[in-house]
Amino acid sequence: MSVSSKRLLQTPSQTAGPYVHIGCTPKFAGLNTGKADLGSSLIKDGVKGEGIQISGSVYDGKGAPVTDAMVEIWQADYSGLFRSPLETRGEADPLFDGWGRAACDAQTGGFCFETVKPGAVIDNMGVRHAPHITFWIVARGINRGLHTRLYFPDEVEANANDSVLALITDQNSIATLIAAKVADASYRFDIHLQGENETVFFDA
Amino acid sequence: MSAKGSDGIFSNWDAERQPKAYSQDYKSSILRSPKQPPISFPTTLAEVTGPVFGHDIIGELDHDLIHNFAASGESAIGPRIIVHGRVSDENGNPVPNALLEIWQANAGGRYRHVKEGYIAALDPNFGGCGRVITKADGSYEFWTVQPGPYPWPNGPNDWRPAHIHFSVFGPSFAQRLITQMYFEGDPHIRLCPIVGTITSPEAVQSLIGRLDMERTVPMDARAYHFDIVLRGREQTFFENQMDGL
Ligand SMILES: [Fe+3]
Repeated sequence: MSVSSKRLLQTPSQTAGPYVHIGCTPKFAGLNTGKADLGSSLIKDGVKGEGIQISGSVYDGKGAPVTDAMVEIWQADYSGLFRSPLETRGEADPLFDGWGRAACDAQTGGFCFETVKPGAVIDNMGVRHAPHITFWIVARGINRGLHTRLYFPDEVEANANDSVLALITDQNSIATLIAAKVADASYRFDIHLQGENETVFFDA
Repeated sequence: MSAKGSDGIFSNWDAERQPKAYSQDYKSSILRSPKQPPISFPTTLAEVTGPVFGHDIIGELDHDLIHNFAASGESAIGPRIIVHGRVSDENGNPVPNALLEIWQANAGGRYRHVKEGYIAALDPNFGGCGRVITKADGSYEFWTVQPGPYPWPNGPNDWRPAHIHFSVFGPSFAQRLITQMYFEGDPHIRLCPIVGTITSPEAVQSLIGRLDMERTVPMDARAYHFDIVLRGREQTFFENQMDGL
């Protein structure tokens, strides 16, 4: 692969606007595409690992639900492998996509994903990362997609040793990244764009 | 720093070129912008990897917004245009197999959406969305009608410049991008509070599609050229270790 010496300049982001659904979840937007929306399902029958459900809502600085948001998730499979051509450590479960997308509910701002609990990711340097799910949130009023992470409440030790969580000194801030277990295999992860419980976002 | 894993290889988001999160002039951002600055860490495998979409997801008419929601034998109303360009990374490498999802208002500036309230007429033959995947050289092309500018509830009299929304997936989730393409010569660009969240005039220029007479199809459709540059890997790492990726 050739490396060009010419550095190009990044294309700026712009808000997804209130009508992101037309382009990204057209079926949800009421357009008849004859197909399921991309990312509407992460798992296929026979997927390996513990099936879990993650639900939550996106809230603005006044606590109002962000009803026009779109949320994407990206995660490793049950064994910590990513379903991506750039995964070099092994082959991820072919019945698991790892990527999901949800349009938030027009009334509640809620989203819900049926997925599997990701395994810990042990990277090429042997560094162990606690099981986590990347979240990416866009909406009207968000000028660049917001990147955050969900961690699991039942992974206390792994979380304590996670190098990304270690960058956050304030315990209340760390708490914004830990999902709440609301039932067996069911977690809640609310995202607060602003305010007292503002979620920690990453420039990753 | 302990967060330095093996994969801290993407350049940072360019603070000079990316929009500010908060802008008093863009009202929706006031309650939707985090007050705390985002925390940086070198990209890990979760950001280096990303979903990839096969060409099999692309329908026959997905690249043709003039016809993809039109009745048989009919077509969307408005100036016929071709939008084309290339997706590359900051190192100048083309990005093949990038999924581009596009959405826009019709020629009158009206979206097909339940929350849309503008009085301009809907076009029964226009849906307003499409998608394409870039070729081996990073190039893409789609056909559509030129969208109209539209008013929006922000200030007392704000109008969006004509624009097409783009959602882009590079091979790495770190490259995930949503942006908008504007049209050369549109006087609304300099008036728009959303455009104004980008402080660098040069960066704003890079969002403006240029009339491209070379690609115009005579007596048929004018062409606009719009290139997209995604984050790239840090050069030092790139040269030493990422060969073949
Ligand atoms: Fe728009």
